[in-house]
Amino acid sequence: MIKEIALIIVSVVFVNNFVLAKFLGLCPFLGVSQKTSSAIGMGAAVTFVMTLSSAITWIVYNFVLLPGDANIIAKIFPSIRELGLIEVLKTISYILVIATLVQLVEMMLRKMVPALYESLGIYLPLITTNCAVLGVALLNTTDSPKHLGFLQATVQGFGAGIGFMVAMLLMSGIRERLALVNIPPSLRGVPIAFICTGLMALAFLGFSGMVQ
Amino acid sequence: MAEQNNLKEFTKGIFQYNPLFVLVLGICPSLAVTTSVKNGLAMGGAATFVLVCSNFIISIVRSFIPREIRIPCFIVVIAAFVTMVELLMRAYLPPELNASLGIFIPLIVVNCIIMYRAESFAYKNKPFASVLDGAGLGLGWTLSLCLVSSIREIAGSGTLFGLKVSESYQPASVMIMAPGAFIVLGLLLGFFNWRKLRKSEKSMKAVMKND
Repeated sequence: MIKEIALIIVSVVFVNNFVLAKFLGLCPFLGVSQKTSSAIGMGAAVTFVMTLSSAITWIVYNFVLLPGDANIIAKIFPSIRELGLIEVLKTISYILVIATLVQLVEMMLRKMVPALYESLGIYLPLITTNCAVLGVALLNTTDSPKHLGFLQATVQGFGAGIGFMVAMLLMSGIRERLALVNIPPSLRGVPIAFICTGLMALAFLGFSGMVQ
Repeated sequence: MAEQNNLKEFTKGIFQYNPLFVLVLGICPSLAVTTSVKNGLAMGGAATFVLVCSNFIISIVRSFIPREIRIPCFIVVIAAFVTMVELLMRAYLPPELNASLGIFIPLIVVNCIIMYRAESFAYKNKPFASVLDGAGLGLGWTLSLCLVSSIREIAGSGTLFGLKVSESYQPASVMIMAPGAFIVLGLLLGFFNWRKLRKSEKSMKAVMKND
């Protein structure tokens, strides 16, 4: 059990890192990685949202969307037992769960850590449209190669958040150094950030094949 | 006059406001699906469909949407069209193409370009202009996807549209993996920046000469 959980975490943090191997969540990755402190804050907020949303979307997937006896809605409308709602309501239900959670995190941060709330700025409400959060929900449920249990899905969400935070931290360290370097004017800003990310992804490619 | 304006609404999405190279939006799918030109075209087509339809619907109902809850309303409209396009693609496109696009079709719902156009254009303009705007930006995005994906396909697997480019070329498969995507996009952005800088330098010189 513990071995399995450890494998999931190593797999999503290093081997299948969401930013560097799966191209998910690049907008906040490039937008908030200027300073280490805001990178940690953003990473923590995303990890929190990802863990909770993995748990809740797993429940929604198994008890509302999938056809079968466990479907709650099928108890009221028997015809749903056969088909389920997975085809039509998948995207909408997931995005609504995530949007609600992000609103919750925003309210908590504004009350409890106002400084962090200020520095995250526009990127906090934008976690809703962070493809990494919706991506992990999809990879846990509909697009997973095998059916994951509740604990595995939640751990995978948590690990994906940690992987995102690791990538952001590394990137913010590089960008703090880059600010002091003389870069050709046409590469300043986003282009050089992309090239650095490419080199980081090349380094992370070394982990591939470690875990299936 | 009106015709000229309409044309401008359409063409601004291709050059002046190119979503990928000027606005730098929608990066995640642009990098993930551009391993071959076919994938790039399919992704661009799907996103353009969603962009045009959601722009149209949002600009029709814009006077009924209260300002405070506009974002959830946009998301629901966009999610409905994404579900539609997902089902359509599964019905009419080859299964291996769908498999290679994977989760990036449902992820169109969180594509920043669509949200950005809904918020900054369709919510303020008439339906016809919004459709043109959506079509223009969609086309601009599709063209930039084609550019990135043709570079990556030629360099990474030595083919274009599945046809071999040269017999003697040994493909560098790192280009179709993750690092290649980042580096190609970084260099392309650098190139477009360089062109912009050179242009503004030239016009500065011209102004100084006139003085």
